[in-house]
Amino acid sequence: MGFLRTLDCQTVVEVTSRLCREANFVLEPDVLSAIGQAKEREVSPTGRDILAQLEDNASLAARDRIPICQDTGLTVVFVEVGQDLRLTGGSLEEAITAGVRDGYQKGYLRKSVVGHPLVRENTGDNTPPVIHWRLVSGDRLKISVVPKGAGSENMSALKMLKPAEGLEGVKQFVVDTVSVAGPNPCPPLVVGVGIGGTMEKAALLAKEALLRPLGSANPDPVLAEVERELVDRINALGIGPMGLGGRITALAVHVLAFPTHIAMLPVAVNLNCHALRHKTAVL
Amino acid sequence: MSDPRRIVLPLTDEMVAELRAGDRVLINGRLLTARDAAHKKMVALLQQGGRLPVDLKNQVIYYVGPTPAPPGRVIGACGPTTSGRMDAYTPALLATGLKGMIGKGFRAPEVIEALRRHRAVYFAAVGGAGALLSRCVKAAQVVAYPELGPEAVHELIVTDFPVVVINDIYGGDLYREGRRQYAVHQ
Ligand code: SF4
Repeated sequence: MGFLRTLDCQTVVEVTSRLCREANFVLEPDVLSAIGQAKEREVSPTGRDILAQLEDNASLAARDRIPICQDTGLTVVFVEVGQDLRLTGGSLEEAITAGVRDGYQKGYLRKSVVGHPLVRENTGDNTPPVIHWRLVSGDRLKISVVPKGAGSENMSALKMLKPAEGLEGVKQFVVDTVSVAGPNPCPPLVVGVGIGGTMEKAALLAKEALLRPLGSANPDPVLAEVERELVDRINALGIGPMGLGGRITALAVHVLAFPTHIAMLPVAVNLNCHALRHKTAVL
Repeated sequence: MSDPRRIVLPLTDEMVAELRAGDRVLINGRLLTARDAAHKKMVALLQQGGRLPVDLKNQVIYYVGPTPAPPGRVIGACGPTTSGRMDAYTPALLATGLKGMIGKGFRAPEVIEALRRHRAVYFAAVGGAGALLSRCVKAAQVVAYPELGPEAVHELIVTDFPVVVINDIYGGDLYREGRRQYAVHQ
């Protein structure tokens, strides 16, 4: 066995802090180009005007380094740890938490976390983050920071369908979730859908689905077809940008699936607003 | 799409009567901010027969929780928050003379009914355009409940702050009408 690659936790703090700020200030190019294409396709003049404002907003935020949206979110962090990597100088979880604290402080980001869901006192530093861990092969560390606002998270939904409800049941649930949400989650949306697994697995798949680059095809041809149909059915609802009426309600629908039980069909729908913020670093 | 009309606050009954669902409006003057915590306090005070710390007569409340102002700026990103969370408190504030609210998302039927009864309007600003909207804010200061920190009631002086009328006093509802206009029946 060779020498293990080492990584100091202080580096993790600095990188996480930077990712929190970048994610909140700079919209990724795939999201910007999806908004630009939506503006070309939107038939509602009000809808086009809103999409143009979103483009202006993104360029101002990047230029002046202020947040794209004031809801700078609960900080969701996806972490992939290579099993051959050795971390030194502290705990990885504490390092990521410290990075969030530092990034939200230095970036003048809003502190939107309450320490107890029922007592509801603000923790004052946006910690703790919600961290999803994955142990992978290799000796790298991949950190993706995904700030998630309440407006769209609150309209997300999960349902345990009966297997007999099948594909049509799944599609109807997704369309109904977007329909009920209407203007609240700040459309145009990116709709993450997780099908299969168990209850919590479906929810996690739905969130992970949001991370796939916009404009990329689903590698699974069955799911790619489901995505195409769902985009059409959602856009036929007429909700439009900001819910003021229009043909672009969803920029994209992304579906992930996982094996499930013979007697289960879980479906989770994670709605994300147009401010789809995420930033990744590989160390 | 018609050109936006420019209005200067305070909002009078005559101005409210001219606003229709779908109108684009540029707001100028003084807005008051309040979200969940401030609403809860104000309504509790009214229920005890107390006087509000700020007079809401002919005022417009903006539902916003801005990011902290970086050095050299008046305010951080400041787009609207979801209005529905304030629904339970809104009719009581409308009864004190509040004339408008700015937020995003659906209002409850009781709020829409109270808008008609008290002759007030509900506007939406573009959610997630916090950086753009911050440029319309020229001054900001706390006017009540400083103990609520970022949720304190602030006064914002705005110029040409862009909004659209969602619910007017005639029962017009842009969320309903806009959707109906663009829905494709399959
Ligand atoms: S739903 Fe998204 S864009 Fe809208 S206010 Fe929340 S975080 Fe911002």
